[in-house]
Amino acid sequence: MTAMATKCFLNGDLKMPASITVKVNGKEVTEVIKENTLLVDFLRDSLRLTGTHIGCDTAQCGACTVHLDGSPIKSCNILAVQADGAKITTIEGLSTKEGNMHPMQKAFRDHHGLQCGFCTPGMIMSALGILSKSRKPTEAEIREGLEGNLCRCTGYHNIVKAINSGAEAIAKAQE
Amino acid sequence: MYNFSYHRPNNIDSAIAILRKSEDGKIIAGGQTLIATMKLRLAAPSDLVDLGGIEDLKAIRKGTKTLMVGSMATHTQVTTSSLIQKEIPSLSKLASEIGDQMVRNLGTIGGSVANNDPAADYPAAVLGLGATIVTDTREIHADDFFTGMYETCLKDSEIIKHLVFPIPNRSAYVKFKNPASRYAIVGVMVAEFDNGVRVAVTGAGSGAFRIESLETALTKDFSNTSIAGIKIPTDNLIEDMHASAAYRAHLIQVITQRAVQEAK
Ligand SMILES: Cc1cc2nc3c(=O)[nH]c(=O)nc-3n(C[C@H](O)[C@H](O)[C@H](O)COP(=O)(O)OP(=O)(O)OC[C@H]3O[C@@H](n4cnc5c(N)ncnc54)[C@H](O)[C@@H]3O)c2cc1C
Ligand code: FES
Ligand code: FES
Repeated sequence: MTAMATKCFLNGDLKMPASITVKVNGKEVTEVIKENTLLVDFLRDSLRLTGTHIGCDTAQCGACTVHLDGSPIKSCNILAVQADGAKITTIEGLSTKEGNMHPMQKAFRDHHGLQCGFCTPGMIMSALGILSKSRKPTEAEIREGLEGNLCRCTGYHNIVKAINSGAEAIAKAQE
Repeated sequence: MYNFSYHRPNNIDSAIAILRKSEDGKIIAGGQTLIATMKLRLAAPSDLVDLGGIEDLKAIRKGTKTLMVGSMATHTQVTTSSLIQKEIPSLSKLASEIGDQMVRNLGTIGGSVANNDPAADYPAAVLGLGATIVTDTREIHADDFFTGMYETCLKDSEIIKHLVFPIPNRSAYVKFKNPASRYAIVGVMVAEFDNGVRVAVTGAGSGAFRIESLETALTKDFSNTSIAGIKIPTDNLIEDMHASAAYRAHLIQVITQRAVQEAK
């Protein structure tokens, strides 16, 4: 046993620390972490990607939504070690290198889909999850897709409008 | 959350070996229930054995008149599987209505069934379709599997490998959900087989249960009128801030009729 692991074992808190390798926003990173680290804490504290928010820490609000291998998940409800080997996309990974906003981000701005902005990163990651199932979602599909996201400010109508418009812009760009 | 040793074996034999060797080991599947439990320190396992690395457990296959669904199939996989949509559409519809898209992308059928939350959806399907739960050591019929609130007959370190669902002639799952949590206030699975009809209810008791009076009437005549007059007793139904026992009894009646009408 290494000196570090022995020390960790003795204080009864940290057992063998784990090493994980993940591809975050296209960049591969390897870090040594405690095994009980949540993915959201890994992203925010180790990688300083603080665009992913913690609203409830109980899997209710969706502010921590990121994409794991292309699908939205709540990063407060998964261990970082469970994501070892995966590709992760956070809100920071959506804009272009030059800093141009993603069409869905633009749509949220244009339609006043945010007020305080706390829920917005999660809303946008969920919105893109909705589009991965349906390129031109109906209003009902958009509302169902937002079941796991809470917003304290907007009353949702403008968020739904923004997603609808973002979907149209993305579909148009792909034509 | 207390710390633990994390393991991600790539086959079931090593998963079992680690579980047996560990002081207080626990399986983690999607983690959508377990992580919350561990944050609250209601569970503090010494070891976590992640089944996510075992590819075999994710498979969905067709057998003779049955569907075999791997325990690690996520709710999203069950929703989108063309095989399940074709053979047991009620099962994919049930999965599509669990929680939200993020929960469905991680949560698994095996985790849901092992957890046996009294308001969870899958227990109604497992019981209503008369599925068999296949573990590393034995096969357990749904009628014997669920033993009480959050209780099953699974032993420590027993792993659900897959579930075998008999394909019904027609079936439907209808849920009256709590609008905040999306869990069932009452959910009913109705399934018609050559040898009779099964009706299983979730959300209304200490676990999913069958209702014999409805099954007998529907076996004779599979129509909503055949059960319209049957009164559901309120004994053993739960009563909480979401619904009284009498309201739940009424919902069971109405929702079963809807399920009969929707069955395909
Ligand atoms: C916001 C939210 C909303 C939800 N809404 C609903 C809903 O509407 N309806 C519903 O039914 N559920 C709902 N759930 C629960 C969800 O479906 C969970 O995914 C499920 O209950 C547990 O599955 P899991 O794969 O995440 O299991 P885990 O959390 O990983 O494990 C749960 C338990 O099962 C054991 N276990 C897991 N897999 C196996 C196996 N193969 N063999 C033996 N034991 C095993 C674990 O040791 C643990 O004790 C919701 C959850 C959340 C967070
Ligand atoms: S912080 Fe993860 S769902 Fe609220
Ligand atoms: S904009 Fe404030 S929480 Fe949604």
